Amino acid sequence: MRVAIEKMREALVAATPPLLAFAAFLALWEWAVWQWGIPAYQLPAPSVIARKLVDDRALLFSSLLVTLSITVQAFLIATVCGVLLALAMAQSKWLARIVAPYAIILQVTPIVAIAPLLLIYLAPQQAVLVCAFLVAFFPILSNTALGLASVDHALLDLFDLYRASAWRRLIYLRAPAALPQFLAGLRIAGGLALIGAIVAELAAGAAGQGSGLAFRIVEAGFRLDIPRMFAALALLSFSGVAIYGALSLLSYLTLRRWHESARGRGF
Amino acid sequence: MKPLVSLRGVEKRFGSNPPVLRALDLDVHPGEILTLLGPSGCGKSTTLRLLAGLAAPSGGAIHWADPALQKGLGYVFQDPTLLPWRDVFSNVHLPLQLAGLSREAAAPRVEEALALVGLLNFRQSLPRELSGGMKMRCAIARALVTRPALLLMDEPFAALDEVTRFKLNDELLALKSTLGMTIVFVTHSVAESVFLSHRIVVLAADGGEIVEEIQVNPRAPRDAEYRLGPTFSDLSRHASKALLRAMGEKA
Repeated sequence: MRVAIEKMREALVAATPPLLAFAAFLALWEWAVWQWGIPAYQLPAPSVIARKLVDDRALLFSSLLVTLSITVQAFLIATVCGVLLALAMAQSKWLARIVAPYAIILQVTPIVAIAPLLLIYLAPQQAVLVCAFLVAFFPILSNTALGLASVDHALLDLFDLYRASAWRRLIYLRAPAALPQFLAGLRIAGGLALIGAIVAELAAGAAGQGSGLAFRIVEAGFRLDIPRMFAALALLSFSGVAIYGALSLLSYLTLRRWHESARGRGF
Repeated sequence: MKPLVSLRGVEKRFGSNPPVLRALDLDVHPGEILTLLGPSGCGKSTTLRLLAGLAAPSGGAIHWADPALQKGLGYVFQDPTLLPWRDVFSNVHLPLQLAGLSREAAAPRVEEALALVGLLNFRQSLPRELSGGMKMRCAIARALVTRPALLLMDEPFAALDEVTRFKLNDELLALKSTLGMTIVFVTHSVAESVFLSHRIVVLAADGGEIVEEIQVNPRAPRDAEYRLGPTFSDLSRHASKALLRAMGEKA
């Protein structure tokens, strides 16, 4: 208990300087807007954005829910597919050779360019889901495959010595050994799933469809409602941070007992 | 006495490189501590891997008195090779777990092995919480938990400081007198080989031919006095000369 309190105190101390810097930045922004009388349609003050967040909360939060629910769905599907494919690739070198180039092509092709195409073939919601899935899938696949493949050779010898079956080798050795890389992949994929969803929503929004938060940004832009654009952006930013934070916490809680990455580093 | 295992004309090569082992003939007798001594790359670790079935010979034959011996042997690697996410108990449980024995069913044997190496009070510790010597003790307990008749040890103490190495040498001899297993021990330390062995086989740097076989009286008490006595220094000098010859230099 005392250790936990001590840790929280340390975390608070560590978080104070960046929070202070952010507060100072907001104050400077607020001051500049009032000082030079900048109109809200050019640059709204933080206080105006905050008021907009409160006033438009019903619209903005229901849109956020749409975006987040698609992001989470895409992320979960990407996790299941990425892990299953990585496991299959670890069992079969042939499969790995066949899949690897396509996975890389998928990864290096800009998602912004794929989104309009997806919108031709799929309903907007489905297109957003597929888009978010496509960007989240690769880091999970590549990280998990890397983790499964880079098990210490001496440990493999040990399992050879005791004639472990492929299944036991997987659950007792490869899977736990791959956990750190898998979790790192999850952290990357979480943020990317949100980006993929937003990109697809923007593409769909430009065509006048959709109801996610990115669509609200586009819509507010058309109406020159700049404070609402900022409010929606702030919500997206906060969601991204929350996703990253949640996945970092998951990684920390899973690895803290034994893995160096979860010990003594906070980023 | 019939050897536990005999290597006859065993050859091992990797790809098109010159062979690591060229026609090695070696017998391992029941109950002995046999040390393979030689410079780096002489094939001593390869010999252990061949015995353990972790590698297949490119030529020659390995005869086991009882084939079940090979399946049940213990192996201690150069590094402790512990699973970092498992505590000491679970690491030692692993060989039995891989044989299908549950944690509860295996507990008495795991605890017995932990008691033998003095780690019973550390059963819930993770490897990162142990010192180098304790990690190696844990690896030894894991090798012993299957009660092997033959224990293969591949430079297990090479990475440890001298004080810890001496201590673990003493402990290994105590384990040997309690359990009576046969040990094949690989080292490049002359002192360690003379202290532990009943028989030292010195392998040549190039091709792993046997340069010399040195007999050590198995009944000589191995204690601190032995390390300081004339027998130990004579044998050490003898083994050092053989090692120099093994490296292709004039003794």
